[in-house]
Amino acid sequence: MDRKKLVEFKNVSFQYEEEGALVLNQVSFDIYEGEWVAIIGHNGSGKSTIAKLLNGLLMPKDGEIIVDGKRVDDDTVWDIRKDVGMVFQNPDNQFVGATVQDDVAFGMENRGIPREEMRERIQRTLSAVRMQDYLITEPHRLSGGQKQRVAIASVLAIAPKVLILDEATAMLDPTGRKEIMHTVNDIQESEGLSLITITHDLQEIVQADRVIVMNKGQIWEETTPRELFLQREELREIGLDVPFVAQLTDELRKQGVPLKEAALNHEELLEELWKFNSKM
Amino acid sequence: MEIQFKDVSYIYQENTPFAHKALEHISFTVNSGSFVAVIGHTGSGKSTLIQHLNGLSLPSRGEINIGDFHLSADGKPKNIRDLRRKVGVVFQYPEHQLFEETVAKDIAFGPKNFGVEQEEIDRRIEKLLPAVGLPKEILERSPFDLSGGQKRRVAIAGVLAMAPQVLVLDEPTAGLDPRGQREIMDMFYQLHQEQNLTTVLVTHSMEDALAYADKIIILNKGQKYMEGHPLDVFKQAEKLQEVQLGLPEVIHFLNQYNERFGTSLTYQYQPMPELAKEIKKRLEVGSHE
Amino acid sequence: MNNALIIGQYVPGNSLIHRLDPRTKITVVFFFVIIVFFANNVPTYSLLTAFSVLCVLISRVPLRFILKGLLPVWFLIIFTFILHLIITNEGNLLVDWGFIKIYSGGVIQGFAISLRFFLLILTTSLLTLTTTPIEITDAMEEMLHPLKKIKFPVHELALMMSISLRFIPTLMQETDKISRAQAARGVDFRTGPVKDRVMAVIPLLVPLFVSAFKRAEDLAMAMEARGYQGGEGRSKLRELHVGTKDILVLTGFVLMLVALFVLRQ
Repeated sequence: MDRKKLVEFKNVSFQYEEEGALVLNQVSFDIYEGEWVAIIGHNGSGKSTIAKLLNGLLMPKDGEIIVDGKRVDDDTVWDIRKDVGMVFQNPDNQFVGATVQDDVAFGMENRGIPREEMRERIQRTLSAVRMQDYLITEPHRLSGGQKQRVAIASVLAIAPKVLILDEATAMLDPTGRKEIMHTVNDIQESEGLSLITITHDLQEIVQADRVIVMNKGQIWEETTPRELFLQREELREIGLDVPFVAQLTDELRKQGVPLKEAALNHEELLEELWKFNSKM
Repeated sequence: MEIQFKDVSYIYQENTPFAHKALEHISFTVNSGSFVAVIGHTGSGKSTLIQHLNGLSLPSRGEINIGDFHLSADGKPKNIRDLRRKVGVVFQYPEHQLFEETVAKDIAFGPKNFGVEQEEIDRRIEKLLPAVGLPKEILERSPFDLSGGQKRRVAIAGVLAMAPQVLVLDEPTAGLDPRGQREIMDMFYQLHQEQNLTTVLVTHSMEDALAYADKIIILNKGQKYMEGHPLDVFKQAEKLQEVQLGLPEVIHFLNQYNERFGTSLTYQYQPMPELAKEIKKRLEVGSHE
Repeated sequence: MNNALIIGQYVPGNSLIHRLDPRTKITVVFFFVIIVFFANNVPTYSLLTAFSVLCVLISRVPLRFILKGLLPVWFLIIFTFILHLIITNEGNLLVDWGFIKIYSGGVIQGFAISLRFFLLILTTSLLTLTTTPIEITDAMEEMLHPLKKIKFPVHELALMMSISLRFIPTLMQETDKISRAQAARGVDFRTGPVKDRVMAVIPLLVPLFVSAFKRAEDLAMAMEARGYQGGEGRSKLRELHVGTKDILVLTGFVLMLVALFVLRQ
């Protein structure tokens, strides 16, 4: 397949303090154009450090990071931040503007985008995250999920090539979580950008094209969600939870029900069981 | 301690233009020693309800009895400090309340305020540390140097050190990774059983409600929407759907399974292998007909 | 949630005064504050009073909001009045209680000074009642723009102000949350000896500071990630616009100034 590499991590290591432990240890991976990659791992596995390295909020100690052909360093960092948009965990601590439209404008203002263009993009991106009715609402009147959707719109407004969600759902209630996953799905389809979602919730990786599992600063596994769901014991060992569907599939196999693949959701599992049933 | 709400309403900023009903005509009983899950969306009145459990808020109407304590609109009872000692509240993101120089001092802060002797506090801390999964060495460190998960445990220890009889938990696992979530909930459940606590868990997680609670109370827009045993509450999928609440995954799956295969499997707390066996049995029976 | 406190004094509305460019309002208030001190007879005081009352009427801000804003300064106004009443000894002697002598001059003087004070407070609070804090910030940034030449950090100051305003409600919620958590751990903020109550503030302040620093750190990172590099080369979404109504209001104000100086003695 002739896909364009958008992000390259080449043997990247990182530590916060000179003598401190390596937070990332020789990490290498590629991310392609239009691809959705989930990075998963327990707290402290180094997954969030990857996000910060990707847009130059941190610089690697060893190795190099290439984004869209440019090596991330102090000279390119501002260009790279245009290509790599990021949504953080805490909905409150990334809301800069006095109102929703001011917040979406903030990134564009920083890049000197003319006012008329800004107005247009605000309308467009807020519609994309279904927040167009909240143009002049103040942040303390929004729910966590709404604030995160505004944060996504703010990033989309600068038309990045990669969107990173760094545990963007971790502080939300289930409703907010659903809103965000829904929004992310829409956007991935409509905007055609590369998506990196960082999470510790295996439910949130189901739709990703590829999963990178982090453990102790290293890549533990690079695979598809389907394959990953088969590795039940191993996941538990590195502090992750196995989704219900995968657990049940596993148990059914032990009972001698010959299920072929790991199911990703209820419907797939029911379908598999149905096939088995009609064969008997 | 038994907790009893009798027709409790709470109105924020009553008699102002900003007045707003947070709780309306709420009645329920939590038996001593039981584990109750309170479920509802953000803004359903859960947080307000919690504040009534230790007298941080007093009902605008109706009355509350917690053990021998009586709360009503007539003003704070004199022994409110006793109530606060006996009802330990672990608020959401409890690590935000840490402030002392050392972990030991922070854990001791609550009991000290309630006049517990230092010797007794030390004894409690010694027993508590293994229970919350913290090493002894941590006691002399600054709470601000710890990892997120450790901070949470310290904060929880600070509440448990008050030796409460009622434990109120407001989404105690929010923001933790799956392993952390499981460890914290298991810890609370063990404490609940060992010390015969009365536990009120406020949660968004239907899975936790199913796994731990022996009663569920569902709040919606400040009113009690449902109340009952988890298995009974979760039988009413449509009623839950009306207020945008889902089912625990296992029950949801069995419902779908039953619909597709025309069976009537029910969830009775079977462990996963047991469940798989049952499903397989039904499949075999079905195919012979 | 205490909304009244959170939004500050602003009372939403759509009156002429609300819709004026904030720079117009600030300019008018600025000069009004100065010219109040030039009034020195009945016609000039009447003129200024009429102007202020007219503004209040046009703004359609409910009277109770205005009175609420004046509440803390009533005491000062009355105090000023009494002070002048007692100190001044011009004009006819009206009351003589031996140790206190009140002259007609004192009554006039006291009345004039209190009125001056009252008008000052009235117009400045009308500004904050009809203008959002963020509009005031924008206007300040624009009006202080010339100071950039002498390296005065106008943009940074304005950004700081708007971010502080943005975080006031967040920090208030936080304060609320932490004080509840500490109350549950037996802290008593309301009763007990003063010393204990002062000490009770520590468990509240330390977590509040810790969290504020954390927020500041997060925010700085989020701003950097979104390409913030200082004021250079930035465009602005918010636009201040001087329209016909602003010209008219300013013209009216200048006319009043002229009238004031004609009527002065």
